[in-house]
Amino acid sequence: MSVSGFAPSAGMPHLDIDPFSIEFFEDPHPAHEVLREAGPVVRLDKWNVYGVARYAEVHAVLNDPLTFCSSRGVGLSDFAKEKAWRPQSIILEADPPEHARTRAVLSRVLSPTVMKQLRGSFVAAAESRVEELLSKGSFDAIADLAEAYPLSVFPDALGLKQEGRENLLPYAGLVFNSFGPPNKLRQDAIERSAPHQAYVAEQCQRENLAPGGFGACIHAQADAGEITAAEAPLLVRSLLSAGLDTTVNGIGAAVYCLARFPEQWARLRHDPTLARNAFEEAVRFESPVQTFFRTTTKDVELGGVRIGEGEKILMFLAAANRDPRRWDRPNEYDVTRKTSGHVGYGSGIHMCVGQLVARLEGEAVLSALARRVGTIEITGPATRRFNNTLRGLESLPVSIKAA
Amino acid sequence: MPTITFIHPDNRSERIDASVGDSVMQVATGKGVDEIVAECGGNAMCATCHVYVDEGWIARLAPMSEDEDELLNGVAAERLGTSRLSCQIKITPELDGLVVRLPVRQI
Repeated sequence: MSVSGFAPSAGMPHLDIDPFSIEFFEDPHPAHEVLREAGPVVRLDKWNVYGVARYAEVHAVLNDPLTFCSSRGVGLSDFAKEKAWRPQSIILEADPPEHARTRAVLSRVLSPTVMKQLRGSFVAAAESRVEELLSKGSFDAIADLAEAYPLSVFPDALGLKQEGRENLLPYAGLVFNSFGPPNKLRQDAIERSAPHQAYVAEQCQRENLAPGGFGACIHAQADAGEITAAEAPLLVRSLLSAGLDTTVNGIGAAVYCLARFPEQWARLRHDPTLARNAFEEAVRFESPVQTFFRTTTKDVELGGVRIGEGEKILMFLAAANRDPRRWDRPNEYDVTRKTSGHVGYGSGIHMCVGQLVARLEGEAVLSALARRVGTIEITGPATRRFNNTLRGLESLPVSIKAA
Repeated sequence: MPTITFIHPDNRSERIDASVGDSVMQVATGKGVDEIVAECGGNAMCATCHVYVDEGWIARLAPMSEDEDELLNGVAAERLGTSRLSCQIKITPELDGLVVRLPVRQI
């Protein structure tokens, strides 16, 4: 039922799929197809929200931030009706025009120019990680590579202290679980969150951030008058929330793809300059960030369906990234695919501000693997890590041999 | 329908029909012009759709935003006075005949 009394469209498909259940997470692709094929807009009765799973509608919602707002939360929880579990983000959970100011600060801190300066050290770290793994032979591609590599470069680039970094992944897991409904994943994460939240709040303060890092650069923007001194820690928090677990799952997805599809691994080995695109294609194919919500700010028609004001809309980014209306052979991982336009990082004004860091990390790892490793073999069961928003593995036992 | 000419780094030129309202980046990627990568899909965030606009055309384009100017400092090939991000050039009927050169690298 519409809150505004604006009559919802008759004939819109109602589905009883729970996109935040363990069964769904175990194999989301058949359910994504059902969601996509049911119609351009569906009603998900389990959580009383609208859903969009086709590329056109997902793209349209992402690119109309005044109608489909973020300031009421990008999870199921509507900040107009319930208090956010943490102080609201001033970038992720903000709308135009306020959003432009904070976004400009992070865009500058994570710009293409800054990436040029980081490239050398990120590449060197990836090469030494791969050398170390070659000497081990057998290892867990998640803990020893997908987690270990970002942990070896990102916290330093941010300027974090050594102590307490073990809080980073649990905090990120918490943030991404919190966008889901009040299920066990979300409740458990929030119940256990106090120490992680305390750590993050502390590290966002200026005195705890090393000079020259992303964190110090954000605080310097407050000196320049671009943001207030009170806003700087909240923008540092955004990097701590979204800068690590996302790339962990992106790199994990890429290694999992290359280990499963030997002909694609062969193409990458033959031409290691495909590394960056091979990573990008893994982001499309696996979509480490599966979903986000928006909230309608007025009565609106979308895909022929009338939606009232104040309604939550769940965007299935992963389903859009495999929509056959947009992609040829959508269920194939192809390292040479033209990936431009995929929504794995979102689209529009809220598109991932750290996308250049993610690509640099992904390219560095895949390039080092392609140049040094001959074979990657999966040697044990790949187990999944469940999260309300993120898709990725808990463990991927592999063995590699030098080229 | 306006046509845009893309000149590849090897001086090969390619004329492509463009729809009014599309960006030069969309025209290029729609026809498989490989030198335009456009990682961010046209959101002015990645600086991988860099082009050099022909001298005779540069002054006829709408001026660039501050964001685009900052991003151009990070392009992989040399930035010149004629450098633009092709995702920020919208096709209008007046741009019929526009000529852009493609850089040797975007990353």
